[in-house]
Amino acid sequence: MNMLTEIAPAQAPGVTPGVTGEKFAVEVRGLTREFGTNSVLRNLDLQLRPGEFTALLGRSGSGKSTLLRTLAGLDAAPEGTVTVPAARAVVFQEPRLLPWKRVWQNVALGLRVKDARKRAEEALEEVGLGHRLKAWPLTLSGGEAQRAALARALVRSPKLLLLDEPFAALDALTRLRMQAMVAALWQAHQPAVLLVTHDVDEAVLLADRILVLDHGRIALDLTVELPRPRRHGAPGFNALRAKLLDALGVREDGATV
Amino acid sequence: MSVSLTALPATGTMRRRFVPVRLLRQLMVPGAIIALWYALTVHGYFDAQTMPTPQAVGLSFWQLIVTGQMWPNLLISLQRVALGLAFGGSLGIILALASSLSRFGEDSIDATVQMARTLPHLALIPLMILWFGIGETPKIVLIALGSLFPIYLNLFSAVRAADPKLIEAASTLGLSHVETIFHVILPAAVPGFLVGLRQALGASWISLVVAEQINASSGIGYLVMNARDFLRTDIIFDGLIVYALLGLATDQAVRALERYLLAWRPSIIAAKGA
Repeated sequence: MNMLTEIAPAQAPGVTPGVTGEKFAVEVRGLTREFGTNSVLRNLDLQLRPGEFTALLGRSGSGKSTLLRTLAGLDAAPEGTVTVPAARAVVFQEPRLLPWKRVWQNVALGLRVKDARKRAEEALEEVGLGHRLKAWPLTLSGGEAQRAALARALVRSPKLLLLDEPFAALDALTRLRMQAMVAALWQAHQPAVLLVTHDVDEAVLLADRILVLDHGRIALDLTVELPRPRRHGAPGFNALRAKLLDALGVREDGATV
Repeated sequence: MSVSLTALPATGTMRRRFVPVRLLRQLMVPGAIIALWYALTVHGYFDAQTMPTPQAVGLSFWQLIVTGQMWPNLLISLQRVALGLAFGGSLGIILALASSLSRFGEDSIDATVQMARTLPHLALIPLMILWFGIGETPKIVLIALGSLFPIYLNLFSAVRAADPKLIEAASTLGLSHVETIFHVILPAAVPGFLVGLRQALGASWISLVVAEQINASSGIGYLVMNARDFLRTDIIFDGLIVYALLGLATDQAVRALERYLLAWRPSIIAAKGA
């Protein structure tokens, strides 16, 4: 009981050092989170394999953000055991760049290596921001800022990449480009990814495995067998989409079941 | 920024011609006031004893400069403000950081400072004179007290208003508590601190004026009080002009500091690029 185990020093209460198993990048057992009398996560078990891309769907209030925050070490794990890799990184819905540091400085922040600047610049090149290294964050467009946040996460070579609705605030075209970029970066670096989203298409487009969280429990655990790169409307896409919408309690035409 | 301008060569010369136009516009109202003042005094609407003409004020200003009375007095006034602001500002910064960055600091410091700030500090003058005499000390203490509270209040609330989302992001990047203070919280508090600095400067000049009118034997305030004794209203006006210019100059200095410290703000980036 009462532990979140990781290799790195503690961030949230209940965190003690330990070793991540070879078999799983993330291992959660019996995780329960309650706010007042309202339980957000109920006795949740979850394993994520190394390099696996998992999408976590759920309506608002289903506990998906709480689960992500627990894995990130931002929320404590008072009940249950949570084992996560020490090298993990988060991309939030907002870029959360420090406006008073230039883009490369934001990416290099907290990197405790000698060539931090060089690594930051390489990560920015990789997300196509090589021309904006010295820009101030508030001069970036929404898509550019989110790409910088992605570079800031990748430069830490995470074993677990946590994405908290990272495309939700972007316009439709930018979102499509960002999704393709995340897919490519994931294939190049092979971290385990947990993508929290409420966009069913996005989940089907990107994930190996899709979880639907409902009232703090995993209501559906689907493996996605579609070949990559995936396209909207490819064979099998719509069937999967319908199944997920159904699990979320929404019909294709938008009406509540 | 300049791309669209260089595309149209004519715009570049237009812009250069527009700069004095803006300056002229800004000088329009002060100019009108001086003209009105001139017209009223020339036609004898005012008693020449109590209301000097603009040209008399200008002439005496010039005389104060050439006879060497202006500089030493201006210098001593500036020195008082600089010292008072340095002491009061430093103390304000130390107290604000101590009380905003820790609960212990807040509990032990904040209530006392909040109580003290409700006291009009100029009401302490009689005590100051009894405690510190009539030398430089009471004047500097008075200015320090005037500048302490605006800096304390603004810096305290700016530190507390630092975006919790950025602090959270810093923790996911593995920043320690101390690193988070230096990379996230303090830079976030700079704009609020500058607001406090501006208010502190305003309070400093007010404190200076009051302090120098009591038992001063030097300074701009002394010049003014001395002029009152000799019914030299023109020199009183000179003193007022000096105070106004000093206020303007320090405000410009804070603006320059803002452009440097807040270089990351889009408004400042745009102003530099244009």
